[in-house]
Amino acid sequence: MTGSPYITQPRRETPRVMQLVLLALLPGITAHWWLFGPGILVSLLLCSLFAIGFESLALLMRNRPIGFYLRDNTALVTAWLLALSMPTLAPWWLYLVGIFFAIIVAKHFYGGMGQNLFNPAMVGFAVLILSFPVQMTQWPAPAALAAHVPSLVEAFDLVFAGQGALSVDAYTSATPLDSLKTQLRAGTAFDDIAGQAIFGHIGGTGGEIVALMFLAGGLLLLALRLITWHIPLAFLAAIALTAGVIQLIEPGEQAGILFHLATGGAMLGAFFIATDPITAASTPRGKLLYAAGAGFLTVIIRVYGNFPDGVAFAVLLMNIAAPLIDLYTQPRVFGQTGRKDKQP
Amino acid sequence: MRSLHPFPGGVHPADHKAESNGRPIAQAPLLPRYVVPLRQHIGTPAKPVVKVGDKVLKGQSIGHADGYVSTAIHAPTSGRVVAVAPQPVPHPSGIADLAIVIEADGDDRAIEYEPLIDWRSMDPSTLRNRIRDLGLAGLGGAVFPSYIKLNPKSAGRVPTLILNGAECEPWITCDDRLMRERAHDILRGTAVIQSLLHAEEILIGIEDNKPEAIAAMREAAEQCGFPIEVVAVPTQYPAGGGKQLTYLLTGKETPSGALSTDIGIQVFNVGTAYSLYRAIEFGEPVISRVVTATGHVAEPQNIEVRIGTPIADLIRLAGGELSGASGRLIGGPMMGFDLRDTAAPITKAVNCVIVKSPALFPPAPPPMPCIRCGECARACPVSLQPFEMHWYAKARDFGKAQGYQLFDCIECGCCSYVCPSHIPLVDYFRFAKSEIWAREREKQAAEQARTRHEFHQFRAEREKQEKADKLAAKAAERLKQAEPTTATADPEAERKKAILQAAIERAKKAKEDVTPKNVDNVSAEVRHEIEEIEARRAKLREAAHAQDEDKA
Ligand code: SF4
Ligand code: SF4
Repeated sequence: MTGSPYITQPRRETPRVMQLVLLALLPGITAHWWLFGPGILVSLLLCSLFAIGFESLALLMRNRPIGFYLRDNTALVTAWLLALSMPTLAPWWLYLVGIFFAIIVAKHFYGGMGQNLFNPAMVGFAVLILSFPVQMTQWPAPAALAAHVPSLVEAFDLVFAGQGALSVDAYTSATPLDSLKTQLRAGTAFDDIAGQAIFGHIGGTGGEIVALMFLAGGLLLLALRLITWHIPLAFLAAIALTAGVIQLIEPGEQAGILFHLATGGAMLGAFFIATDPITAASTPRGKLLYAAGAGFLTVIIRVYGNFPDGVAFAVLLMNIAAPLIDLYTQPRVFGQTGRKDKQP
Repeated sequence: MRSLHPFPGGVHPADHKAESNGRPIAQAPLLPRYVVPLRQHIGTPAKPVVKVGDKVLKGQSIGHADGYVSTAIHAPTSGRVVAVAPQPVPHPSGIADLAIVIEADGDDRAIEYEPLIDWRSMDPSTLRNRIRDLGLAGLGGAVFPSYIKLNPKSAGRVPTLILNGAECEPWITCDDRLMRERAHDILRGTAVIQSLLHAEEILIGIEDNKPEAIAAMREAAEQCGFPIEVVAVPTQYPAGGGKQLTYLLTGKETPSGALSTDIGIQVFNVGTAYSLYRAIEFGEPVISRVVTATGHVAEPQNIEVRIGTPIADLIRLAGGELSGASGRLIGGPMMGFDLRDTAAPITKAVNCVIVKSPALFPPAPPPMPCIRCGECARACPVSLQPFEMHWYAKARDFGKAQGYQLFDCIECGCCSYVCPSHIPLVDYFRFAKSEIWAREREKQAAEQARTRHEFHQFRAEREKQEKADKLAAKAAERLKQAEPTTATADPEAERKKAILQAAIERAKKAKEDVTPKNVDNVSAEVRHEIEEIEARRAKLREAAHAQDEDKA
């Protein structure tokens, strides 16, 4: 079957789309490197290699042309998103397990690229945080606060040989979301916690700058029309609104709107994770609903749940709802009077 | 300035108009041989009225309209009919179709044309029938018989008439040249349409990449004596789609599954208006049309050729194919199709022939998986969700695809055009539609078989019943005759009579229950079917009879 149209001209082809997403992640990565040391490069590299490896293996076993599918660059996007969601300088096998679940289980078990129901990177993340909570909460401390920032060589050592070279405490610290949670549980008032160094100005020392850079990358995605405004806007607005309401209910007890927006995976989630077109809702109204749900859940999980950050679980939960949301938000077809309420 | 209503979606492919729109329309010389297909319009093909060996004159009707949705076809020149047989035709299926092949005698003698100069005083239905018999059909590509569209039906009038001069497909310029060169004649034809439809408002939509055509039409409009508005519409494919142009100009959406007349609008192609002018002014049937011959040929241009001109000849007239040609397209690149055989002729539907080359039409890269990016949905002028329909069509879940309004898809190709994964979406939609139709036909066939079977059973039942009735009646008769002689007080006879009476009653009732269904309240189709079955039976009986006789 090859009929008309005999000419095609996509604005850009799928491999290029994925490349540009990777490109848009660079400002955030650079900021991270700058503020937390070069460890991030090690985890990005490892995740990329593991992802290409698992992707090739899966394609080989499924009897698909490996080169052709590898070229689409989706495995790399998954790898980078997972790497950016995980603590850097974690042991190498943690990345391996995460990527295995992301690529093999979440992607290829569902039939490969385009068929997956759940965001692969977030599946990898969820599996890891449920199985290895200790390793998953050992984040490197921001350079400004750390006793020691591992160099690139040290980073490799740490990742592969474990903590022989440096003691963990020398370079890790709890993240702002993490320490907020534990200290609030311990009964410390928010205002006292917020004064601590790790919280920096708004969203945590280092963290807020990284978040700002992810925002910049996200705006680039918008400008390149790789994503539409619906998901980031609804996601961030829902985070702000939910955080605002919680603050009203428990004044002085909880972190504020800006903190929630600038910390954890909020910006990365808004522009790079929740916007994954394959697993998100796709109609304009559907996207708004989907992202608003994810934003709301993110804050609820952060504040009332067991995990410091909620982006991954919020996105995964909304992934489940996405097909249904799409079904009920179909745009009106040209020439159809009124909305067809009967849909498949 | 008229305010326009942009339709959703659309794309901007490179227009490639300059290749062919620079030269005036050329006239094709008389050719030795023409192939005139009987199926040139939507609906029932024309019924051939000539046979091999017949001499025909130019303009003579060689195929009559057959049924309501049909129109006539005519000899393009004088000569001899050398075949009435399946010939290659320009159709996506590539299947040969019945055509009348005429060998020209070189005299080009015409029948005596009867101009319809006094069309204004003619009875509308007579005029429409003349238009049908002159073979008028939409020359924009849809080839719907014009006389049907010229009938305002019960509405009495169609207030808005839209002339489609948008010509939004890349490469095609035949309407452009026609409007530049024959604007006045187009408007004379338009006057007939306006009058038959009692239209009050006439709008001509032309894409703004044809400034010369717009200027020519505006100038003609000023002089034509009735109000016409020439509207420049933005160049955006598919602005020339009937529903898209209607919306663009009026802001009215043609309801899904309905005709534009339902919202008081009728759309005609400018080429159709021109051929209508020829019909009225000279009594000339549709025996020629302007075709764009372009692409990888030496002299891309528009040529007025007779219907039936072999496409190989058309290409030759355009200077011939350059070396490295890789095929030919009929129609534009967005909605056209591959021609299998250049022996196929120009029909009323063929507005453009594009010779392909790998440079002009590089093969599409292999498709990658869908990333649900939504580009296709944003490009769709009907606001469909192509990626969802693709998903279900691929999974052969055609019901679900239909649930996403598959049948509202106009197959414009915008979605395939923009897909970053190079997925041939429209191919999937055509496939899904054809599968659904095939299933529908199967279902109908099964349904018919079932009714036939039921009818058969019903007849057997009825015959049995009739036999029983007759027996019962006879028995009653006998009883009645016996009655006077026997004593009335015979209890045995009384009992028998009662039983008999009851049986007769039952039989009568059963008959009543069954019979009426046969004769009353059957739809025309069922009645028709019954007749058909009876006819078949009669034939079978005859055959059986004959066989019996043979045996004897
Ligand atoms: S444009 Fe292609 S890849 Fe994008 S959603 Fe449509 S079919 Fe999928
Ligand atoms: S081909 Fe059909 S689905 Fe694709 S853009 Fe055109 S109308 Fe929409």
